[in-house]
Amino acid sequence: MTETFYEVLRRQGITRRSFLKFCSLTATSLGLGSAAAPRIAHALETKARTPVIWLHGLECTCCSESFIRSAHPLTKDVVLSMLSLDYDDTLMAAAGHQAEAIIEAVKKKYKGNYIVAVEGNPPLNEDGMFCIHGGRPFVEILKETCADAKAIISWGACASYGCVQAAKPNPTRATPVHKVISGKPIINVPGCPPIAEVMTGVVTYMLTFDRIPELDRQGRPKMFYGQRIHDKCYRRGHFDAGQFAEAWDDEGARKGYCLYKMGCKGPTTYNACSSMRWNGGVSWPVQSGHGCIGCSEEGFWDKGSFYDRVTSITPFGAEATADSIGKAAAGTVGAAIAAHAAVSALARARKSHGQPDKEN
Amino acid sequence: MLSQQDMLEAERHGKQVRSIYVYEAPVRLWHWLNALAMVVLAVTGYFVGQPLPTQPGEAATHFLMGYIRFAHFAAAYIFAVGLLGRTYWAFVGNHHARQIFRLPITNPQWWSEVFFELRWYLFLEKTPKKYVGHNPMAQLMMFFFFTILAVGMVFTGFALYGEGAGVGNWQDRLFGWVIPLLGGSLQVHGLHRLGMWIMMSFVLVHVYAAVREDIMSRQSLISTMVSGWRMFKD
Repeated sequence: MTETFYEVLRRQGITRRSFLKFCSLTATSLGLGSAAAPRIAHALETKARTPVIWLHGLECTCCSESFIRSAHPLTKDVVLSMLSLDYDDTLMAAAGHQAEAIIEAVKKKYKGNYIVAVEGNPPLNEDGMFCIHGGRPFVEILKETCADAKAIISWGACASYGCVQAAKPNPTRATPVHKVISGKPIINVPGCPPIAEVMTGVVTYMLTFDRIPELDRQGRPKMFYGQRIHDKCYRRGHFDAGQFAEAWDDEGARKGYCLYKMGCKGPTTYNACSSMRWNGGVSWPVQSGHGCIGCSEEGFWDKGSFYDRVTSITPFGAEATADSIGKAAAGTVGAAIAAHAAVSALARARKSHGQPDKEN
Repeated sequence: MLSQQDMLEAERHGKQVRSIYVYEAPVRLWHWLNALAMVVLAVTGYFVGQPLPTQPGEAATHFLMGYIRFAHFAAAYIFAVGLLGRTYWAFVGNHHARQIFRLPITNPQWWSEVFFELRWYLFLEKTPKKYVGHNPMAQLMMFFFFTILAVGMVFTGFALYGEGAGVGNWQDRLFGWVIPLLGGSLQVHGLHRLGMWIMMSFVLVHVYAAVREDIMSRQSLISTMVSGWRMFKD
């Protein structure tokens, strides 16, 4: 039997005290309350580590970069140990055929009982030739590896929605994981990248409770994606008061007013940035004075400028905002009405005064 | 069928009486409340997307966006509840109450009336016809640019409201599916705003057509929506 998480941790010289602190912190970050801490500890002490295969498709590795910076000093050690990360071509020492053999070994040994974490997505055009993994199209590797998996985690905007490589016109037909794989539970963890603690939190939840977290309509864990940036933003008071930065260097920007008018996408973006922040709670985009760009929302590259509140709508052909279309429409209708009214008045005048005897 | 019946009714009554009761009290009350709600919704909605200039002083002394959003949501509830009530009245009210909910599209006579009205508005017909309810052209416009659009605005509006009310709230449970369907929150905001502009363009046409018909056609319009009685001029 594989070692339990606790055994691995102790072997690595982590004290029981530190271990229990980690359990309490994890319980808190998952929103489970203090009663869950002993349950997490118990699970980590008794359960065998679940093997995880971490695949990389079309991506930029920002998810991995975020993940390995998981803030709490223990978290990265714990999670990297917890995961039993049997395969991750970016992080592992093995390479070539030796590395590829691991996937096969895990698939056989833990059939139906391993997790596939996917970073990036498979491009489908040209039979998937835009992304080659070990000499074969990534889409084939992905389908094979997921076939016997217990669950699949889609890391980041790439795996969840497609991200920049799927932005219009999407030349490689980069496709999110859930549109390629069916019949398996898939957890979308969007963001470009997702917050490190969100990533470790999702994994910890799955290993601890042996089930996937509760998901919303778009397959995202509710505990991290249940509210908008705007709902928890520390500048929300300025929004409600009607106090906005109107230029990047004005008085409002200096005073830390709401960035809504500067195109902040906080009101339309579901993520935990405003409550968990980044880099161990050091800061996050709005705190550093730049609006949210909505990187955890579907197709955020194709939704107009990052710096406009009322953004362009492209499905109507030429790029235009609702306001420009609306003002043009209302203006045209108004002008047409004025012209129509003038002609009506003329017609009426002619009818009543011009030729009274011709009518009736 | 509806319009043919309507027209015959108008002709028959026109010969005998000079007025006929068309819009029952609930319809009239709804019309004016709805009009008021729409004005509030359009103005506040515009300023939710493009807020007023920034407020000076301390944040604690202001609640401008809060009040604007409150007015928007309050008016939205009046609009939505009104629409529900109006739908109910379509079932229990007189047959004119059903006009904006149902188009007699299988009736060729009705279509020819639509084209007659189109020609009338294009100054190609010299003498207008008499109608007790909406003329067929008005009915067509009303159906698409008010009834359908209003339902769309209620659905997108409550879906967006559900985002603030929170996951699991009834607004979210009933209407939350609209957001992924239309491509995300930002998209829904944009479409909701576009809907406002279309609705306002419709209001312009509606008010203009009512005033024009009141003057140029053979029956009363504006006073009918106040008193309920359609007066015929000849």
